[in-house]
Amino acid sequence: MIRENSDVILSVQDLVAEVEGTEILKGVTLKVRAGEIHTVMGLNGSGKSTFSKVLAGHPDYTVTGGTITYRGQDLLELEPEDRARAGIFLAFQYPLEIPGVSNLDFLRVAYNARQAHHGHEELDAFDFDELVRDKLDVVKMDASFLGRSVNEGFSGGEKKRNEILQMALLEPTLAILDETDSGLDIDALKIVAEGVNQLATPDNAMLVITHYQRLLNYVVPDYVHVMAGGRIVRTGGKELALELEERGYEWLSDVAEATAR
Amino acid sequence: MSTSVKSLVSQPYKYGFVTDIESDSLPPGLSEDVIRLISAKKNEPEFMLNFRLRAYRQWLKMTEPNWAAVGYPSIDYQKIVYYSAPKQKDKLQSLDEVDPTLLETFEKLGISLSEQKRLSNVAVDAIFDSVSVATTFREKLAEKGVIFCPISEAVHDYPELIEKYLGSVVPVGDNYFAALNSAVFTDGSFVYIPKNTPCPMELSTYFRINNGESGQFERTLIVAEEGSSVTYLEGCTAPMFDTNQLHAAVVELVALDNAEIKYSTVQNWFAGDENGKGGIYNFVTKRGLCQGKNSKISWTQVETGSAITWKYPSCVLIGDNSVGEFYSVALTNHMQQADTGTKMVHIGKNTRSTIISKGISAGKSKNSYRGLVKVGPKAEGTRNYSQCDSMLIGDTAGANTFPYIQVQNNTAQVEHEASTSKIGEDQLFYFQQRGISMEDAISMMISGFCKDVFNQLPMEFAVEADRLLALKLEGSVG
Repeated sequence: MIRENSDVILSVQDLVAEVEGTEILKGVTLKVRAGEIHTVMGLNGSGKSTFSKVLAGHPDYTVTGGTITYRGQDLLELEPEDRARAGIFLAFQYPLEIPGVSNLDFLRVAYNARQAHHGHEELDAFDFDELVRDKLDVVKMDASFLGRSVNEGFSGGEKKRNEILQMALLEPTLAILDETDSGLDIDALKIVAEGVNQLATPDNAMLVITHYQRLLNYVVPDYVHVMAGGRIVRTGGKELALELEERGYEWLSDVAEATAR
Repeated sequence: MSTSVKSLVSQPYKYGFVTDIESDSLPPGLSEDVIRLISAKKNEPEFMLNFRLRAYRQWLKMTEPNWAAVGYPSIDYQKIVYYSAPKQKDKLQSLDEVDPTLLETFEKLGISLSEQKRLSNVAVDAIFDSVSVATTFREKLAEKGVIFCPISEAVHDYPELIEKYLGSVVPVGDNYFAALNSAVFTDGSFVYIPKNTPCPMELSTYFRINNGESGQFERTLIVAEEGSSVTYLEGCTAPMFDTNQLHAAVVELVALDNAEIKYSTVQNWFAGDENGKGGIYNFVTKRGLCQGKNSKISWTQVETGSAITWKYPSCVLIGDNSVGEFYSVALTNHMQQADTGTKMVHIGKNTRSTIISKGISAGKSKNSYRGLVKVGPKAEGTRNYSQCDSMLIGDTAGANTFPYIQVQNNTAQVEHEASTSKIGEDQLFYFQQRGISMEDAISMMISGFCKDVFNQLPMEFAVEADRLLALKLEGSVG
């Protein structure tokens, strides 16, 4: 939902970042306001996953230029866990398996870390159990998921739903979904999309990174950005996604090359 | 793992203080005269002196084992002090007579010797350098016929039991360090559980090395008569010295028909500093004999300290249907080296054994599991299950698994599983992205990894062990 004067949650200016000495992001500029859903689309290798990891503070990526401001604060100064506690959530493209750590414990520790950060009361195991059971409905997950090790032996769809469950619990201000739709069958896709729609409020914002248009049948973005060659080469409304679906990315890649020169 | 995961300075060892107490020590060095002197100081009966001399003469003919995957400069056995005892009155009637400095030391270590804490329901034998300074709850245990006392006293008070069982599981010439221990041991604990008696409380020995030059050679002997059971806990700490101290203990367990012994250790000897200076050489022989049918011996160990650990708590399963278990967590950090595991020797019919070993290596440490499963020709229907998991933290630590399997009976079922995992940067990032700090993330993963072993520990010990591992790894990833 676009509102003229809502708060700026994320402001990225001329962001340049590299991994192992290779420059991937070559000047990304983007502004996200409260209540908005943004989609970043692009081919593999265009830099969209890198963009999400840089926002979350993955240690493999080095920012060599530009700025990221999150709710008025210099995001690059914050450690990854502090970014998370401040309300940045990344739904992983490939959620990690953590053997030996129960999903319930993981969720509780994560939840309480955020509570503590905001000076709120931490929940004990019993109160947390109640809270988490309510949230399970958002992604139509069975309570038996809670007793299993984090993502261990989960199917691809279960892993992605687990990400959305975490998002429901942590109530982020900026949720970044990195190709959450990839590898999902249509039912799982709908569950994930419904979860996302339920969690969108006028106070938070979402950055949905995707390769395909099909998620956008269920999650309607306010803005669609197309990334190519490490830059956002075009921004439009939801109709841009449809155009991409028809024409492919090729014509925009040419635009990117042209602007790079 | 990339550059951001690197060793930082670890939490200082909090038990590294030295107690200033006057001690009665022999000069360094080992000879028959020294052994005679130790025996005389303890006013031992003839059979004990002969036991020691037999061991010493065998030791002289032996060479230090070098097959373990550990490296250290050779030890000069003539530079070690073989007898060091805190000076105190000869015969203690009650705890009130124990030197208050000693009691304070144990209080500082979190072990209350004052019998005030009756609720804790654990009887403690406290061993300071080579001598037992206090054993709690002895009268209460005596009501049930349970003997729990320093082995030096047992030699006088129960010579027939000592003569019968001492060296019956680990013979004097068993191995280099056991022979040395048999020659020079000064104290340790003796436990005897009479027939058909479940021991009414958990028994515990706490070992403390204080003297910088002294070696510690304790001897523990536990005998569980038919139908009895006992749970025994052992804890170890030492001050920080920049020289290496030798600890060569022997523990012997005997379980008769239908008896059960559960022996747990949380070992936290000083491990040396992050550059590998100082620390304890922990060369220990622990073996249990399931002599009776349906008997059971279970070893649980959490090894976190020592510069070098060389230790293989074993079970010899002679009685039909007897059961041996080994649950182990060995954590090494910085320059620590551990070569630890077990031996399960199946001799009787339908004997069963379980081995669960979890090795965690961080820093530049080396951590090896070495285990033997041996099935004799008459061990019909034997079963063994072994699981050895290694976890690496960072990319400069090493882990090895050396399983030896010798089966001479074709009805035996022997299973071995092994895995190696790594706490990866991506896993850590996943935790961090959910607001969980790296230290908490490691601690959660380690607890999860060790769960199967911690579940075997008595509750308070499990909590302690969990905390200890977290402390040991603090700063190991940054």
